[in-house]
Amino acid sequence: MSRHMRSALLLLGLSALAALPALALDEPRFSAGWGFDQRSGPALYAAICAGCHMPDGRGARGAAAYPALAGNARLAATPYLLRMIMKGGKAMPAFAGVLDDGQVGAVASEVLRRFGPPGQSAVDIANDEVAAMRAAIQQEQRSQAP
Amino acid sequence: MVGRMSRQTRPSTSRRAWLQQLGRAAGSGAVYAALTQLGLAQASPARADFGLGRAPKGARVLVLGAGLAGLVSAYELQRAGYQVQLLEYQARPGGRCWTLRGGDRYTELGGASQHCEFAPGEYFNPGPWRIPYHHHGVLGYCKRLGVALQPFIQVNHNAYVHGQQAFGGKPQRWRELQADFQGQVSELLAKVVQQHQLDETLSSEDQARLLEALRSHGALDAQGRYRAGEIAAERRGFGPQPGGGVSAAPPHDQPLGLHDVLASGLAGRLDLGSGFEYQMPLFQPVGGMDAIARALAKAVGPRIRYRARVTEIQQDEHGVTAQYEDLARPGTPLSASADWCICTLPLSVLSQVEMRISPALRAAIDAVSYFAAVKVGLQFGRRFWEEDEGIYGGISSTDLAIRTIGYPSHHFHARKGVLLGAYAFGANAYEFSALAPAERVREALRLGAQIHPQYPAEFEHGVAVAWHRHPATLGCFAWWTQAARERHYAQLLRMDGRLILAGEHASLLPAWQEGAVLSAQHAVTQLHAKASA
Repeated sequence: MSRHMRSALLLLGLSALAALPALALDEPRFSAGWGFDQRSGPALYAAICAGCHMPDGRGARGAAAYPALAGNARLAATPYLLRMIMKGGKAMPAFAGVLDDGQVGAVASEVLRRFGPPGQSAVDIANDEVAAMRAAIQQEQRSQAP
Repeated sequence: MVGRMSRQTRPSTSRRAWLQQLGRAAGSGAVYAALTQLGLAQASPARADFGLGRAPKGARVLVLGAGLAGLVSAYELQRAGYQVQLLEYQARPGGRCWTLRGGDRYTELGGASQHCEFAPGEYFNPGPWRIPYHHHGVLGYCKRLGVALQPFIQVNHNAYVHGQQAFGGKPQRWRELQADFQGQVSELLAKVVQQHQLDETLSSEDQARLLEALRSHGALDAQGRYRAGEIAAERRGFGPQPGGGVSAAPPHDQPLGLHDVLASGLAGRLDLGSGFEYQMPLFQPVGGMDAIARALAKAVGPRIRYRARVTEIQQDEHGVTAQYEDLARPGTPLSASADWCICTLPLSVLSQVEMRISPALRAAIDAVSYFAAVKVGLQFGRRFWEEDEGIYGGISSTDLAIRTIGYPSHHFHARKGVLLGAYAFGANAYEFSALAPAERVREALRLGAQIHPQYPAEFEHGVAVAWHRHPATLGCFAWWTQAARERHYAQLLRMDGRLILAGEHASLLPAWQEGAVLSAQHAVTQLHAKASA
């Protein structure tokens, strides 16, 4: 992001967006197939999470609610976040089938960076942590199969 | 609802691969059985003479949700003599059976508001938009309540199939691609027969029969070849069209070779009308899909309370009580009680409502997330698709994120028209949902212009509905996985004390209105049996 663009966004009061590290401009806005083609955390957040949890993470409320990510105490537990992204739960869809480990790690790190508790905001989730959670979820699902 | 988006229940890539494997291993009968199991290929068992017996004297039923499932439930219960009360979150009946017209305002989750400025008579169905001829339940209520229907054109031979990498990005007429693929494959198979490569598989009589059938199936010449000429042109069309002029021999376009068809990647996208749910004829209500909702709401009468948000459902051996709030007076708890309850709230909502139900039903409610879909309606000042391109109704398909362009099946030759400018699903639906409504419209225009370059000059107005941003449903339709259906589906349909669920999510026809109707008939039947016992 150019310095010019960054200051323009700051002028608009979009400090959270302006603070993004290199919102990759070469990331596609639309994916080609059923899986997501974006790679970076900011682009994946914008493509997936923002639809329901909103671009600024404040969530939304109608007949039922999309929980806010901003200030969400549950984000203190990384396994919870990874499990939610990959396995879903209630209205939250499962994204394990449309994101690889690197993408899950990138979007989870992005959520922590923007909305996580202060101590976790600089943590990059490693691919093997994602892979281990993916394996654990698959194991659970196999053992539940009728 | 949103008919399989056209892909309402489009099999996932892996499921599709699994079905293909199954087909190879066990034949198409096994695939059909599997599809039926998944709720993807079902003839509707609805009966035209459906009705309950007489209600026990004074029995009262609370119906939660006034979409099609709630309306049909209320209608049938009232006919039997039950006292019915409905609570509905929105300010209108119908739920996802919904039509946007000029003057309508729609505010989505997140607060973005759209004011629809379509011309008088123009409309857009953001939810379901077509009714297969075998959806006897929906058609039955249309007939009984006098909802006028007209044909919905699913397959238009003159519409386009478009691939960004195919034929330099130039849209192809479905008719030509279909004729060439069928012709070339028929020629190939005829060759295989003629070269005696099937002598062990087929008797000589059957080989002769097959050759004869292939000539007719593929528009082959007497030698079994698919070639430029009169026979092929009767399928793929002439260039230019015959019928006038002085030439004794109309020129015949050269068909595409098999390699060109295969390399385009479009051969697998020709099945627009092959699936059971998409076979002609299909129908649409005249003037917009919500004609069904309005007719049912009128028949149900004044017992619908709108703008009521259900917060809690309690029950004991005597009855059911729903806590709710009036959206006009938030924070003031209200309650409604009855002997029985039919709950049609989407599972995406119900998973957050406190309910006194069995753990098994709770687990079933929590096990299903909702499919993502986005539709964009675009009004143009001129029907260029009819005037310039000869496309009257039907669907063009593309691998662009808009996936679908749907042309109106009504008001042919009118001055203006509203196209379905995008029907995005899967990853593209999430990506569209995350954009502001005006940006979704801009993207639908930008992408659609690759198929119809007239877009920028003729565009007047657009509205975009992302179903995950819809305040009443938080999603498009119940996205059952095979594992969840095997584990939870039967439980979801079981009466739980004095309460039973209904809705497209409680059916084998997810996304389709027929699923909502059938589940309502199922629910009232279960309830009536228990109430009469």
